[in-house]
Amino acid sequence: MYTFLLSKIEVGSHLYINFTETAHLHGETVGVSCLVVALITLFLFLGTRNLQRVPGTFQNVLEVVYDLIKGIAFTQLGPSYYSQFLPFVATIFLFVLGSNWAGALIPWKLIEIPEGELAAPTNDINTTGCLAIITSVTYFGAGFWFKGLGYFRRYVKPSVFLLPINIIEDFSKPLSLNFRLFGNIVADELTVSVLCSLVPILVPVPVMVLGLFASSIQALIFSTLAAAYLAEAIE
Amino acid sequence: MVDSLVAAASVIGAAVAVGFAGIGPGIGQGNAAGQAVEGIARQPEAEGKIRGTLLLSFAFMEALTIYGLVVALSLLFANPFVG
Repeated sequence: MYTFLLSKIEVGSHLYINFTETAHLHGETVGVSCLVVALITLFLFLGTRNLQRVPGTFQNVLEVVYDLIKGIAFTQLGPSYYSQFLPFVATIFLFVLGSNWAGALIPWKLIEIPEGELAAPTNDINTTGCLAIITSVTYFGAGFWFKGLGYFRRYVKPSVFLLPINIIEDFSKPLSLNFRLFGNIVADELTVSVLCSLVPILVPVPVMVLGLFASSIQALIFSTLAAAYLAEAIE
Repeated sequence: MVDSLVAAASVIGAAVAVGFAGIGPGIGQGNAAGQAVEGIARQPEAEGKIRGTLLLSFAFMEALTIYGLVVALSLLFANPFVG
């Protein structure tokens, strides 16, 4: 692949793990996302191991997180459907939030790998694309599950003339989800790297804090939109 | 010769993509923020709700700029027209 270096910022170079001639993995993305999943699982397991009526600190944090995610699902999907899709929305939210913050909070640049660099898994377009495809498969499946073949009536809903637009929308939804998350995270990391190459001390810190905030908003947006698309499909 | 021409055109294209993509969301965010301030001034008790909605809509508007940025990044780092 054609890449070039601009003040030591690398985009598009990966640690390839080859299986065959054509199949390969992006090693650093898979590694970091496995670590993120493990950390989230550990966190949730430790927080819910012995639940108490008067929660301790750990359980308190998890209850706040649960309330937040339940609020997202509830406002989009309504009282009769939200509980079935809460696990999906929560998985998306926690994974995206965990990956974004893992890229920002853990000092990956201290660890040298042969090619590419360790960063947030959402820094790789394949991760975000995969999440977007999962979302669109889920809303398609949910609409089909709840409404059967009547689901396809939605494509000619306001009038028949909108059929092409409705079909294009099915493709543009995952595309925009994908680019929104990927672009935001890459923009964050590029801004921080450019500032670091200009003034390495103290100046990038506010931008890093802004990035931390923006990436949590992105997790919120992604899960809200996933829930909204689901609601649109099953309504 | 052709390669350097492609490189120059790509760099200009990237700059134009980000520059123009910034205009619309800039105007939109300014409008939204102004209206939100007006709303808070008129009804200070609704501040929390207004702030949440404002941040959410900011992120949507920012996504439009980000699309331009993705195009620019793909022109700079993963250019399909080189080689």
